[in-house]
Amino acid sequence: MGMVHELTAVPRSDFDVERVRLDFPILQQVHHGRSLVYLDNAATSQKPRQVIDAVTRYYETENANIHRGVYRLSAEATLAYEHVRAATQQFLRAADLHEIVFVRGTTEAINLVAQSFVRPRIGPGDEVLISHMEHHSNIVPWQIVAEQTGATLRVIPMTDDGELDLDALPPLLTDRTKFVSIVHISNSLGTVNPVKDITAMAHDRGIPILIDGAQAAPHMPIDVCSIGCDFYAVSGHKMFGPTGIGALYGLAEHLEAMPPYHGGGEMIRSVSFDGTTYAPPPAKFEAGTPNIAGTIGLGASLDYLRKLDWTALQRHEADLRDYATEALLDVPGLRIVGNAASKAAVISFVMQGVHPHDIGTILDQREVAIRAGHHCTQPVMDRLGIPATARASFAFYNTRDDVDRLVEAVREVRGVFGP
Amino acid sequence: MTDRLRDLYQQIILDHNRSPRNRGRLEHANRHAEGSNPLCGDKMSLELKVDDGIITDVRFEGSGCAISQASASLMTSAVKGKSVAEAEALFRAFRSMVTAPATAPIDKDVLGKLAAFGGVRQFPARVKCANLSWHTLHAALGETDDPVTTEQEGAG
Repeated sequence: MGMVHELTAVPRSDFDVERVRLDFPILQQVHHGRSLVYLDNAATSQKPRQVIDAVTRYYETENANIHRGVYRLSAEATLAYEHVRAATQQFLRAADLHEIVFVRGTTEAINLVAQSFVRPRIGPGDEVLISHMEHHSNIVPWQIVAEQTGATLRVIPMTDDGELDLDALPPLLTDRTKFVSIVHISNSLGTVNPVKDITAMAHDRGIPILIDGAQAAPHMPIDVCSIGCDFYAVSGHKMFGPTGIGALYGLAEHLEAMPPYHGGGEMIRSVSFDGTTYAPPPAKFEAGTPNIAGTIGLGASLDYLRKLDWTALQRHEADLRDYATEALLDVPGLRIVGNAASKAAVISFVMQGVHPHDIGTILDQREVAIRAGHHCTQPVMDRLGIPATARASFAFYNTRDDVDRLVEAVREVRGVFGP
Repeated sequence: MTDRLRDLYQQIILDHNRSPRNRGRLEHANRHAEGSNPLCGDKMSLELKVDDGIITDVRFEGSGCAISQASASLMTSAVKGKSVAEAEALFRAFRSMVTAPATAPIDKDVLGKLAAFGGVRQFPARVKCANLSWHTLHAALGETDDPVTTEQEGAG
């Protein structure tokens, strides 16, 4: 043995994963004698008891419409709803409470910015810049705006390892570039993009930027002021909260200047048939009765996340990533897709002679839930010359045992399909 | 391996996945259809030569999972030399089999080797994989030029 090992015992993770697992009822279920190994967290995360209880409690004891009733329940519901706005502001480290707009999720947030901020500012010959690793939800809204305005969509290229080719970025930022929209963490490859640097480069040219934070917010502390971005979008259901609720952070000066996205109740100051004046942001962008229960649930998930030790959490997820990467690479004929230097606990892989859907079916028989497909990133698949991948994506409640179950099941794939 | 997996990945299916028959382009084809399941990424291009109501040759190209590739291979093998009416009857029999309850009997006299796909009935998410090539065949034999998808088709 020529290697000198560090003698000081370093715990591989000081995150108390067994304790947090008890908070997630779905992780306690047993199906055909096996516990669930849930590794599709990039698609949606599981919900702790605290979130489930908050939604139930809201409907059982607090339900009323907000911002209008004079009675006690409505006033309390309004307070609870606006309290979550403050919690979201703190979670994203936004400077101002009015910079948080509740939306259905990241997809709606991007569409809102595309239609209300970007569309009025661009025309033929102008460009919107995205990257090759965007989720379809950060591609299609810009294609729609491009069709509506005659503007052009430009794309930052991606390397074979699944990193943005930042050398190619400066020439893409020109006088024609009117907006940049970039993913923080790639959902299909796990790549963590240097969004602070990209924001600085865009701002050097006076170009506003949106960061799609759907995959980042559940896994790393977010500070929108430090990033310096104009907009940041997140989805509650990927952050251990309910589906159908998310948040858009937008710089106050932008939100004030933007026209409404949807018209209706809640977003007005006064309405007559001669004309309507709008409420100030964020109400201007929250037409109609919002997802109050979802917002209450999001508040519970933010409260839950706030109490976790994020340094330990990040160390734990990095350990899962490294442990799983090493174990999977040991399986004959398996190749990991996406090898960025900075990578989240998302592992996409392909196996020689086996389609990812067959991998998914075989793993499912062992109660190991992964995603197989293009992960709503078809341009990534085309760029890498593959139709699909199998993807294991981790959250803080996953364990090394989960990785062992994954690898054991992946080895069975070889057993079915042969070496 | 569980029994359900053994039912799904029968040896004949694994064999046709590994060595698909009738793969490639067909010169002088006079019927053609495209099929795809966009959410899966499965793609299928089917070309046929039909003379006097008889399928004299057939080839497919495409990519997808073992079930979809083996299904295309066995489908093309089954319909080659058959009349259009016979092929359409097989299409109906196959579709009925894979969308029936898992306990329903399978008519092996009619379906022959195609009965191997009975295992997909225990995997509702995979029925569309088995069906894609057959629906593409049905489109090619009909008059429609519309691209085919089986993603909306469930197991019942």
